[in-house]
This record gives sequence, C-alpha cells and structure tokens, in this order.
Amino acid sequence: MTKIKSTESFGKKLLKLVKNNPVPLMFVIICVICIPLSGYSAGYLIGEIITRIARNSFLIISLLIPIMAGMGLNFGMTLGAMAGEIGLILVSDWKVVGIPGVVLAMIISIPISVLLGWFCGKILNLAKGREMVTSYIISYFISGVYQLIVLYAMGPIIPIKHSSLVLPRGYGIRNTVNLLSMRQCLDNLLAIRIGSVRIPVVPFLIIAVLCFIVVWFKKTKLGQDMRAVGQDMEVARAAGIKVEETRIMSIIISTVLAGFGMVIYLQNMGTLNTYNSHTQIGMFCIAALLVGGASVDKASIGNVFLGVILFHLMFIVAPKAGMNLIGQAQLGEYFRVFVSYAVITVALVMYESKKRRANSLTGLKLAEDQEVAK
Amino acid sequence: MSEDKAVAMNNGNPVMEKIRGFIKSFGWPRLIIALFLISLFIAAPIVGVNFGSSLSNTLMRFGMNSVLVLAMVPMIHSGCGLNFGLPLGIIAGLLGATLSIESGFTGVPSFLMAMLYATPFAVLLGYGYGVLLNKVKGGEMMIATYVGFSSVSFMCLMWLLLPYKSPTMVWGFEGKGLRTTISVDGFYKGVLSDFLKIDIGHLSIPTGMILFFAILAFVMWAFLHTKTGTAMTAVGSNPTFAKAGGINVDKIRILSVVMSTWLGAIGILVYEQAFGFIQLYMSPFNMALPAVSAILIGGASVNKASIPNVIIGTFLFQGIVTMTPSVMNSIIHTDMSEVIRIIVSNGMILYALTRKTEATR
Repeated sequence: MTKIKSTESFGKKLLKLVKNNPVPLMFVIICVICIPLSGYSAGYLIGEIITRIARNSFLIISLLIPIMAGMGLNFGMTLGAMAGEIGLILVSDWKVVGIPGVVLAMIISIPISVLLGWFCGKILNLAKGREMVTSYIISYFISGVYQLIVLYAMGPIIPIKHSSLVLPRGYGIRNTVNLLSMRQCLDNLLAIRIGSVRIPVVPFLIIAVLCFIVVWFKKTKLGQDMRAVGQDMEVARAAGIKVEETRIMSIIISTVLAGFGMVIYLQNMGTLNTYNSHTQIGMFCIAALLVGGASVDKASIGNVFLGVILFHLMFIVAPKAGMNLIGQAQLGEYFRVFVSYAVITVALVMYESKKRRANSLTGLKLAEDQEVAK
Repeated sequence: MSEDKAVAMNNGNPVMEKIRGFIKSFGWPRLIIALFLISLFIAAPIVGVNFGSSLSNTLMRFGMNSVLVLAMVPMIHSGCGLNFGLPLGIIAGLLGATLSIESGFTGVPSFLMAMLYATPFAVLLGYGYGVLLNKVKGGEMMIATYVGFSSVSFMCLMWLLLPYKSPTMVWGFEGKGLRTTISVDGFYKGVLSDFLKIDIGHLSIPTGMILFFAILAFVMWAFLHTKTGTAMTAVGSNPTFAKAGGINVDKIRILSVVMSTWLGAIGILVYEQAFGFIQLYMSPFNMALPAVSAILIGGASVNKASIPNVIIGTFLFQGIVTMTPSVMNSIIHTDMSEVIRIIVSNGMILYALTRKTEATR
C-alpha cells in the first residue's frame, strides 16, 4: 500500500489531499483571503488564537468519545455546559473565589452532568439510528428545564444569598452573572509572556493531560468496547458487550467533560450569560471539530486543534474583513454564522451519502456473491 | 398488532383495559397536554380571565399557524420525516412578500402577488432540497434542520445585500439593506383575518383565515386520495414495496418536499397578514419546532399524519401558548409560559422520536 502511494505523482497526491480534506482546505482559503483584508497584525492574531485554543479545546475534546461509540456528534454536550453554569452560579453565590472556586464549580457540576448524561444516554438508546437529531432536541428540552430551575427555582427553593445575583423581582438569576472573582485565574496562573503574547500554561497543561487520558482511554477495556459498539452494535452484543450501558457511559463521560470545559471557558470569559451562554456552545464546538477535518464517525485530537485554529481564525477576521470590504461589520457577523452552519450541513450530507453508498455497495456485493453461489 | 397482544394478555377489569388501550393508542403525553388545556379553560373564568377573548385569541393563532403545520403533512407522508427544514419554505415566502411590496402592490393584490412571487422560489428551493434529501435517506431530519439553519443564515447576508429600494422596507438612514421588521400595514395586513370576521361580544372569529386554511386542507386531503397521493403514502410506508410496484420513489419524494416547501411559503404569508409584520433575518430560525410539535401533539408520528392531526394539534398547541400566560399570571403572578412552551413542545418531539414502532422504518 505504502509503495503504491510513493510511486504516485505529486499531482495525484495533491488531488487526493484535496479530495480527503475539502472542509479544512476551504477554511484555509477563506482565512488566507480574509487575513489581509482584516488588517490585523500577526502578533494580535497569534495571541487571540492561543487564548481561544486554551478556552475552547477542552469543550471540543468532550465530543470525541461519543463519536468513538458510534453515536455521532453529541449535540447533548450543551447539557454538560448547563451543569457547569449551575456550578458557577452556586459558587459565585457562596463567594468562593479564585482557583478553589473554579475547582468547586467543577465538582458541583459532576453529579448534575452524570444525571443529565444518564438521562440523555437512556433516551438516545430508545432512538438508535437517529441519535443526532434526538440529542439536538434533548438539548432544547433540557434548556427549558434549566430555565425553569434557574429562573424560578433559584431563590425560593434553592437558596441564593446575595441579591447581586438575583433579579429585582426577588427570585431567579440575573441575565448576566459576574465572574470577576474567578476571571482568568487559571489562565494567569504561571502564565508566560513572550512579547505581547500571553501563554496560559495551566489550561494548556490541563488540555494536554486530557489528551493523554483520551488516548489512554481508547486502549482500556471500556474504550475498546466503545469502539466495538461504534463499529457494529449487533456484533458487539454477540461478543458479550453490554451495548446499552456502554453507550450511556460514553454520553455520561462526554457530558461531564463538557461541564468541566464550560467552567474553563467561562473563567476565561469572565461573565456568564445565564440564559444564552450554553445555547450556541454546542454548535460552535461541533462546527470547529468538523472544520478540523473530523466526520460524524471519525475524529481525532489532531482534528480538534486544527479545527480550533482554523475556525476561530475565521471567526476573528471575518467581521473586520466584512467591515473593510463592504463597510458593514454586520455582514461578516452573518457570514461567520452562515459558514458555521454550512460546514455542519456539508459534513452531515457527506457522511450520510457516504453511508448510503457503502450500504448499496455491500448490497451489490451480497447479490454478486449469491449469483456466484447459484 | 402489539396492542391486541397487550389487551389479550391483560385479564383484568374490562373497563380498565379499555382505558389502558385508549391511553396507549392516544399516547400519554397527548393526554396530559389535552387535560392541561382543558384545566386551563376551566380555570380561566375562575381567575377572572375572559373566556371569550381567550378563545378568540386561540382561534386567531390557530389561523395564523395552521398552514405552517399543514406544511408538515406531505413530507411525513412520503417518509421524509418531520420537516425541520421548514425555514426554507419560509424564506421563499419572505422573498415573495418583500418582492410584492417592492413592486408597489397594495391591498389584496399585494397578498396575491406575494403568493405568486413566492411560488417559483418555493418550487426551486424545494426541488433542490428534495434532491438533497434523496441523497441522505435515513438521515433526513438532521440534514433538514441544518439546511434550514444554513439557508436562514445565508439569507441574512442576502437581506443586507439584495438591491431592495422601497422606502418602507430599507433602513431609512443608510437607504439600503432590509429592516429586521417590516410593517405590512397598507399592503396586505388583515386581508384574510379581517375578511368575513364575526364579532359576538368578546368573541371574534377570523372566518376568512380559517376558511383559507380549510380550502388548503381540503385540497391536501383530496390530493392524498388521488393516484399520486396514494403513491406518496405507499412510498412513505414501504419504499421497497413502492419501488416494486413501479412507483418512482425519488420523484414522489421530491414532489412531497416541493409541496411542503410551498405550503411553508404560503404559511408564513398567512402568518404575516394576521401578525402585521414581516420578520426577516434570524426570525425564521426557530419557526420549525413549534410547527413540528403541533402536528405531533395532534396525534401524528414520524411517518404518519393526517389533516385531523393538523387541526387538533394546532388548536391544542396554540391553546396552550395563549392560555398559559393569562391564566398563570392570574394565579401565581408569574409568566412561566415561555418555559412551559419550550418544555412541552420539545418534550413532545422527543417522545415522537423515541417511540419504538417508529424507529424501524
């Protein structure tokens, strides 16, 4: 196989590269066009990208495990994000500041994430074959429950002491929660400065550890089981793997990781938009992962980082480029939203049509075999 | 079949059996929703909410939304699943509406022209959408969702860039780019909802609008009983069988998608003429979910839907949406309606997606 590859001409190799990675290449082209138009300096862009890698990678990595278990893109990661937000709201009410606050918020998010992940996994087991659309609706459903809790139960049922958090009417959390006491405390811990670029060492270390854990996890018994389930549920069941439990487990792990990721994300942002922060997070993380070259059934850590860099580069430069080109920042704003949705659409269409083609191929092969057998 | 078995296995009280069978066929979420709405209607006069005006509100909203819910029917029939891509049809409708105003029509003709202008867009977009959905059989719903989203966000760019000139629609300051909300006052506001309107005290019935829906619903019903309509149902219930029977499956599916898209376009025009405003940019974004959950509440499933489902579902859903704020406000002085709406509508969709019988298509 490798020998054949090496004899191929350079042109063919290039064609293959384009054919196998259309989405990342498209993004490279968009970025190459937009960067000069935006007029940002290289130093500024590098600094921004580094911040965004530290901010978003953890969330995106949480998507990898359900993909491994064959459950597609986990739109239900929003559930974890909501658990993280509840943790942060409680911690900021208890006035636990700095790193202990961040850690405590993560700890609070764990039981909520596990519960939500278990619920999500249970429901997804009832809807095999349409996991993605179901997890997408679950995220909306739980978002309603989250609003019910945060808007009505926080105050009368769940005690909130400080009135700075509570809406003027006496119950419910305000639209924005200030996380000033925790703002960038992880990022600034042991941060290194190179010129104007600040490198947040601690988040990078956490992300590196998580990457190692994911790689190690693939080799454990549970990880192997998940891959088997992802390959073929029936075969896995015949081999004695508890398919349903394994699938639930993968969603729980993903949700818990998403909860941690959200805490890291928000401590960098410094403010929590109580009712909006989580709504877009699933979409942006999934779009970023797909931009990195992942597909619905295959994703690696490399895809995560490539995706963060390309997607967020586009995100930073598009509004400014739109401003300089046509004089309307709004245009670039809409453009980047459009691109994120279009990327997901294209990736989903490619995956589904590939799956269909593979199915019809196996059908043809089966028919051929039967012909021969006759 | 499984129901018969369940009844046969059950040797308890015959009345209980009957109730159990009824609940099973009706579905407990629908029962809860229906009971909830009935209790709201009972509670309304007690807490001092006017029954007549809340009923006319419900009827008004029923008229506004019913065509959008009707747009779900063809695609469910042909087995394309729930039309989460409804925003695509809405966009065709918005293009029709804005073009009609741009070309200077007023009054009733502006509504007719909007419908006329919207049609080619709906057919064209629906055709492309149908071809795409044929490529992704089995994964239609997820793709449909994202086709809707990406087309809405694409049109956000277009609304800014397209060379509209009419001063009622563009931003006054810059003279270009459409406004986020455009009033249809003086154009086609109320052409249907004020037509043959009956007022009895607090109760007012938008006869024209309901009549319009009734005509469309009747045409749809009649269509489903023609040869092509039966073929559509056959494709939905068993594509392999339909193919063996000599039906061009792909073509029928495309036809159903075009119909759904066109109904979506007409649906948004009906909505606008009663609402009084054209809403552009991100507003079509979440319009699919209420329509989807309405038809499901009415008793439809992922691959089965009828006209009664549309009528019952829209009435129940819109009833809850209108009644909860007023009744809840009077009881506990809190407006929880938005949250209740989110939980009810998405819970209903979740229920439909997870039913075992529907998963094996």
